[in-house]
Amino acid sequence: MSAKTTIDKTQVALLIATAAFAAAGVIAPYWLCFLTMLALAKALVVQGVVIQMRLGLVSFGQGLFFGIGGYAVGIASNFWGISDAFVLLALALAAAVAVAAVLGLLMARYRDIFFAMLSLALSMILFGVLVKSQGLGSTDGFNVPAQSYLGWVPAPGQQKLVAYVLTIAVVGTVALLLCRYLGSGAGQIAEAVRENEIRVEYLGLSPRWLIYASYVMAAGVAALGGALTAFATGHVDPEMAYWATSGEFVFIALLGGTAHVAAPFLASILFSVVRTYAFEYTPHTWQLILGLVLLAIIVFLPKGLWSLVQREGKVRA
Amino acid sequence: MNTILETRALCRTFGAVIAANSLDVRIEQSEVVGVIGSNGAGKTTFINMVTGYLSPSSGEILFEGRSILGHAPRRITRMGMARSFQVAQLFPELTVLDNLVCALIGAEGAHPSFLKPARSPARIAACDAILAEFGVEHLRDDPVRAVPQGARKLIDIAMAMVGRPRMLLLDEPTSGVSVEEKFALMDTVMAAVRRHGVTVLFVEHDMEIVERYVSRILAFYSGKIIADGPPAAVMADERVRELVIGHHTRPAGSRRRSAQP
Repeated sequence: MSAKTTIDKTQVALLIATAAFAAAGVIAPYWLCFLTMLALAKALVVQGVVIQMRLGLVSFGQGLFFGIGGYAVGIASNFWGISDAFVLLALALAAAVAVAAVLGLLMARYRDIFFAMLSLALSMILFGVLVKSQGLGSTDGFNVPAQSYLGWVPAPGQQKLVAYVLTIAVVGTVALLLCRYLGSGAGQIAEAVRENEIRVEYLGLSPRWLIYASYVMAAGVAALGGALTAFATGHVDPEMAYWATSGEFVFIALLGGTAHVAAPFLASILFSVVRTYAFEYTPHTWQLILGLVLLAIIVFLPKGLWSLVQREGKVRA
Repeated sequence: MNTILETRALCRTFGAVIAANSLDVRIEQSEVVGVIGSNGAGKTTFINMVTGYLSPSSGEILFEGRSILGHAPRRITRMGMARSFQVAQLFPELTVLDNLVCALIGAEGAHPSFLKPARSPARIAACDAILAEFGVEHLRDDPVRAVPQGARKLIDIAMAMVGRPRMLLLDEPTSGVSVEEKFALMDTVMAAVRRHGVTVLFVEHDMEIVERYVSRILAFYSGKIIADGPPAAVMADERVRELVIGHHTRPAGSRRRSAQP
């Protein structure tokens, strides 16, 4: 009985998917693994957007923590000589959580468009600082050297595969934790905050506290996404904190919907596929195609792609 | 008897409007107090101040002998004073069951877990029991937006009762409820309240409801209490009849009973 309540079907499915992705890395061509790594790392940032959307808040500045994660990895490995991937991930997480713990005090006071605009403004401050920092390569950014793993340095040929497996492991772990969160008491109250903040207050709970906690949590997962992106590409640049990057995260969040923990992953992979092909066939108008896709989603599937999966599930049941 | 709620010289002004003018109220344990008054008399302002939503301009509020002045609504709720709303304040996109689960999570602690499941078997059983007590168990899996008005009011009150409050403030429990439903609704609510020994203060415009369920009436007019006492005495009071009830209605005891179900 207790096993049933602590691990449900979704969590089992996530574990299987994680194992399958990791196994696929051995047989799939590297370009596919590379695109998958980028898409999944991006999906982590989108998870942060979704966490806040469930509270009724849209963050247009998730690039702030994406950038912090990437630059924490870049600075630590280039300037401090830290090459261990796990230490770098921990540093990225700690940096983002520390910044969010302070900024969250301010952000938790705002709602709606004010929250969105303020989050955007904060991310653009980081962008501005990075662009002006000559020591950090200004607009070009800088390269990130290869990682080691608990003292083990993979052979040059293996490096990419190991980075892929690490990405899958981190993403799988975060997905499991987020799945637990979505079904938890706090996850349930988050939806209540979106629906009626005053009532939440009169149930003896603090909506602002929950918004603060979610903001910090979203920052943490976004930073992990940034760190994994830096691992995959071996490069960081200020574009990570740019508002258009943040906009893309919101775009993917809308594409997937907020109904299920798997939705952002699915949406991010789909987004990557659509963008790759749109860019290949119509290099000058690929944004137009993305725009049309988003328009179609908003009109026909206002709750995102995941509503297709859910609808099907109901018919089967 | 023990005083559960006491206000001393409670004042609140909105610009030039005096919504509360030196209110001295003492509510004893296990009383059922009805608050009457015309629109703008200061009834809801009183509830909002007592539950911490509005801060008074001056005065003191004591709940079970302790000052609750300046406390946030959530803190006052945790101390044991819950409220319901004139327009039911629910989570429309969530199911009725999930609305109660939220209330139960709130009742269990100020900081809900980020990892433990919200819908544990124990919580669901507790919520089902409350839904049955309020006679809305058939609506359990419906989203609240699809639930009729009368049931919404019941769910709103049920959510306030989940935390096992010692005092319950009801802001117009029968407003927006049809004539046929209102006595059944009040019977359900009052039965639950009595079973748990909760002290109740409710604001109500419907004199039939007030007469039938309360042990004491407070009559508000223009931010002041103009009468305080047993229903029959207050209803017969000349000023109350002139300023609150209106002359067209007959005093207590002589009303026709046809409106009852």
